[in-house]
Amino acid sequence: MTAKTLYDKIWEAHLVKQRGDGTALIYIDRHLIHEVTSPQAFEGLRLAGRKPWRADANFATPDHNIPTTSEERNQGLEGIKDPVSKIQVTTLGDNCKEFDIFELDMNDARQGIVHVVGPEQGATLPGMTIVCGDSHTSTHGALGALAHGIGTSEVEHVLATQCLMQKKMKNMQVRVDGQLKTGVTAKDVVLAIIGKIGTAGGTGYTIEFAGEVIRSLSIEGRMTVCNMAIEAGARAGLIAVDEATIEYIKGRPFAPSGELFVRAAVSWRSLISDVDATFDQMVVLDGAEIEPQVTWGTSPEMVASINGLIPDPSKEPDETRRGNIEQALYYMGLTGGTAIQAIQLDCVFIGSCTNSRIEDLREAASIVAGKQVAKTVELAMVVPGSGLVKQQAEDEGLDKIFIKAGLEWREPGCSMCLAMNADQLGEGKHCASTSNRNFEGRQGFGGRTHLVSPAMAAAAAIHGHFVDVRELV
Amino acid sequence: MRKFITEKGVVLPLDRANVDTDFIIPKQFLKSIKRSGFGVNLFDEHRYLDKGQPDADNSGRPINPDFVLNQPRYAGSSILLAKDNFGCGSSREHAPWALDDYGFRAVLAPSYADIFFNNCFKNGLLPIVLDRDIIFQLFDEVENCAGYQLSIDLASQKITKPDGSAIGFEVDEFRKHCLLNGLDDIGLTLEDAEAIHQFEENWRKTSPWYFSQATT
Repeated sequence: MTAKTLYDKIWEAHLVKQRGDGTALIYIDRHLIHEVTSPQAFEGLRLAGRKPWRADANFATPDHNIPTTSEERNQGLEGIKDPVSKIQVTTLGDNCKEFDIFELDMNDARQGIVHVVGPEQGATLPGMTIVCGDSHTSTHGALGALAHGIGTSEVEHVLATQCLMQKKMKNMQVRVDGQLKTGVTAKDVVLAIIGKIGTAGGTGYTIEFAGEVIRSLSIEGRMTVCNMAIEAGARAGLIAVDEATIEYIKGRPFAPSGELFVRAAVSWRSLISDVDATFDQMVVLDGAEIEPQVTWGTSPEMVASINGLIPDPSKEPDETRRGNIEQALYYMGLTGGTAIQAIQLDCVFIGSCTNSRIEDLREAASIVAGKQVAKTVELAMVVPGSGLVKQQAEDEGLDKIFIKAGLEWREPGCSMCLAMNADQLGEGKHCASTSNRNFEGRQGFGGRTHLVSPAMAAAAAIHGHFVDVRELV
Repeated sequence: MRKFITEKGVVLPLDRANVDTDFIIPKQFLKSIKRSGFGVNLFDEHRYLDKGQPDADNSGRPINPDFVLNQPRYAGSSILLAKDNFGCGSSREHAPWALDDYGFRAVLAPSYADIFFNNCFKNGLLPIVLDRDIIFQLFDEVENCAGYQLSIDLASQKITKPDGSAIGFEVDEFRKHCLLNGLDDIGLTLEDAEAIHQFEENWRKTSPWYFSQATT
């Protein structure tokens, strides 16, 4: 029998029909839905007189447009001041009711960012195929599920047929060996990977993250890594199942229980790449060499170590690359050759589907405890990924630590990661952000994003510029 | 879906690598629950000098005269010439919707982000991959010739230049078939409804845990 990768195994298990031309019909176990990319898909269903193929495979929650101040949230739907945003959130609710789809609505205590809530509720299980009209669906690969983002046409396709028409991707393994230094986190690992292979390095591949460093990450950390597989160009990131995965799943509301769980766990333990499986491409990093990372440009691959320098375009021999650096520095208002640590910050955002889980909040709180946000920082906010993360953080007293240090403690949602709600970064402002994209205008028109780990963002909030968090821990 | 058979039109060069979906259509326009009307906000943050709002009147907004889309020589263009990793970032289908609504029918680039590439085909928009050398050559030719047009023929997989020379391109057979005939993916998949039912029945037996329901 040929040795198989984890990706090969999940793909083959879900193959409904292979066509001669290389395309295949793949069965989808779980479809996650949010308010932004679904309304046109539901409308398409209605126009064609179709119904969801399997309503119970769908799971919805609004997240992108949701306000994050408690004052707004306490007003329910009325708290959404932007009428266009409100229509989108209302439309999701109406569609879920009409088509009998499970929804955690904005007032449900369990609501949150779909990629935080899915795993939290056990709606994400190892070996599943999972899709969502959102590119950060790759997050769910951390639990050994084959998960990727789709467009709205495919949202409609999955609703109507429970399948997708796809071509198989190639296999890439990214192995991170050794051990991380204290203060270096999952976020730094994935930023370092993107810095090495580039934002298109994973295009056409499913990336399996492996190696000692990945194995020793918590499930939350693994989600951070898989979340950003798409920023390396790979639609899906995967991590093999181990006991930590199975332990994480146990007892969650949508997970199987009792004897069914035991049987499932036996099956899930085989969700690893065979030892002699071959990958089309292999990338290896040494964990000990990874330093805290900070992006300086307008693409996640424009990243440097905290003790590094912003690249000097005049020293870049390649014309295209030089042009890209110049374009990015112009937008960012930065000068090539200057120190990363010298970047002054106006705003700090701790949140997003990349870094808003309990572990992330603990990491940030440990840095700001007993300290004060720098006077030059206009806004520092912490946005938990879900209502349950928020509750857990409050039970641990993290909210008080943040508030005492001068950070705002908000309600769950996507918030300033993409600024579809009222949380927007001002023009020309520099933000230390734990999110996933530093594209032009991503966090607000003219806003300047620097992607970092929660610990680095917290340290930047205290100092008003980037500092090496390893000197603080 | 609208068919794509041939397209002859003015080529608009967007000289920038890693054009992301926020660049193509900024997030505030994603609040719409419709799938049309995005063309006027295509490349919004570069095309206009102010910040665009959804459902607003765009006619009085200050335009950025330096941005390529606003240059008269490219008026009415229907073929977008782009650089590496075009369409990276989010899965928003609003990106191809905006390109289509503006009037683009095809994109030529050395490489694309996977999700964007896939989304184009669902909307009758043809993304063509060409060698980097050919793309760079086309950038030169477009630059040096006002009103530069290309003619794309999907059936023969050929792009004809103004001088009559042709460039061949690759396209997935199945996607080509769907574009040429304007086929709806869902309808095609539902022809296999029986196979899906059979798969599902078997899957439910062998892996029942994927069908268990929430306990709370």
